[in-house]
Amino acid sequence: MSKTPLHFTLNGRAFDLEVEPRRTLIDVIRDDCGFTGTHAGCEHGVCGACTIIVNGETVRSCLMFGFQAEGATIRTVESLSQGGPLHPLQEAFVEHHALQCGFCTPGFLMLAVGLLEENPDMDEAAMRDALSSNLCRCTGYENILKAVKDGAQRMKASHD
Amino acid sequence: MKPAPFTLHRPATLAQATALLHDLADEDARLIAGGQSLAPMMAFRLARPGHLIDLNGVGELAHLCESGGMIEIGALIRHVDIARRAIPGVTGALLRAVLPHIAHHPIRTRGTFCGSLAHADPASEWCLTAATLDATLVAHSASGRREIAARDYFEGAMATALRADEVLSSVRLPQLPEGARFAFHEFSRRSGDFAIAAALVIFELRDGLIAQARIGIGGAEDRPRRISEAEAVLNGRKPSPELFVEAGAAVAAALCPMEDISTSAAYRRELAATLTERALEEAAR
Repeated sequence: MSKTPLHFTLNGRAFDLEVEPRRTLIDVIRDDCGFTGTHAGCEHGVCGACTIIVNGETVRSCLMFGFQAEGATIRTVESLSQGGPLHPLQEAFVEHHALQCGFCTPGFLMLAVGLLEENPDMDEAAMRDALSSNLCRCTGYENILKAVKDGAQRMKASHD
Repeated sequence: MKPAPFTLHRPATLAQATALLHDLADEDARLIAGGQSLAPMMAFRLARPGHLIDLNGVGELAHLCESGGMIEIGALIRHVDIARRAIPGVTGALLRAVLPHIAHHPIRTRGTFCGSLAHADPASEWCLTAATLDATLVAHSASGRREIAARDYFEGAMATALRADEVLSSVRLPQLPEGARFAFHEFSRRSGDFAIAAALVIFELRDGLIAQARIGIGGAEDRPRRISEAEAVLNGRKPSPELFVEAGAAVAAALCPMEDISTSAAYRRELAATLTERALEEAAR
């Protein structure tokens, strides 16, 4: 199968790849780049587990083809903490028990980080609406909401 | 859940895109802009295009402008742009009111307004908006440009008047007059899910009486459309809860709703009537 060149920056690292056009961005990130923090759930855009940030926008990485990320700046859950202290939102997730099995967590984290960076003053109604985007099969939604509310305050404090 | 192989094409101009479509129309070429409906269909292999023509490099399709009382939305305008680009007037406010009902934010950052119309899902909020506002759809092909009225455009569920060699390059929406009132209501089982039914109502008040009523219903039939019988009930009359119930009943009587495994036609009919009443009440406030 013919391949197409693909260049992007993922979590601060430049990648220079050749990929089959049919491969989705999540598969490129996981298989070609080796960043397996992003989870492939439903692979048709319903569960949100694969949510990442591309050029500052939250997207479902199963609904983008890799070739569509040409020249992009991409952030996945690995960008939040690279062995150092946890990101304020990750700390809030730990403290509020916002994860059980953890499968949905990278998607929820990147969704919330992307939305809070765009609008640090989201109210609870907006958060509930935004978080309805992603599925948690352990049904930990109340704790996820608590963590995002607290994480929003922590993110603001860390910028002061 | 992996898309089948295809040959990728990346035109830089609309002329290149239409030339590719002309040459590849018989080989199941598909256009992609946002891809938020096409990518899942390809993941399920419900769609197996031999060629994918990526419009994202065609800069001339990224326009959003107002001229001559029309708002023109180019094929690369994404759902989130509708809120970010400060579209003026009542039509701008209407678009911003409908926007949050479309899927979820991470879908809205990629999906496009014109892509929704090209896909033509019966439950699409933008398809309902285009039908209710009597939008004009602009299609380009290698042989030229043509305009299609919304009432002639929707031919059924995911079926439109677009030919295989045509690009839906933009959609033109009329600017509603200052003072026009509107409301949008839809019902779905889960936040962001497909609407089981949706109602978009628009009217003006002249000397306390309803004028220029538009009642659009989506999600209930195989395509969105205006319900002229309900509009006729409203025009020239004073807004009241009783009148809105009458208009809702006219909607129910006029519809021939779809049925599926979880939703009967009778339920959709009642739902459309209720959503119409609620939207009329909100618009009248």
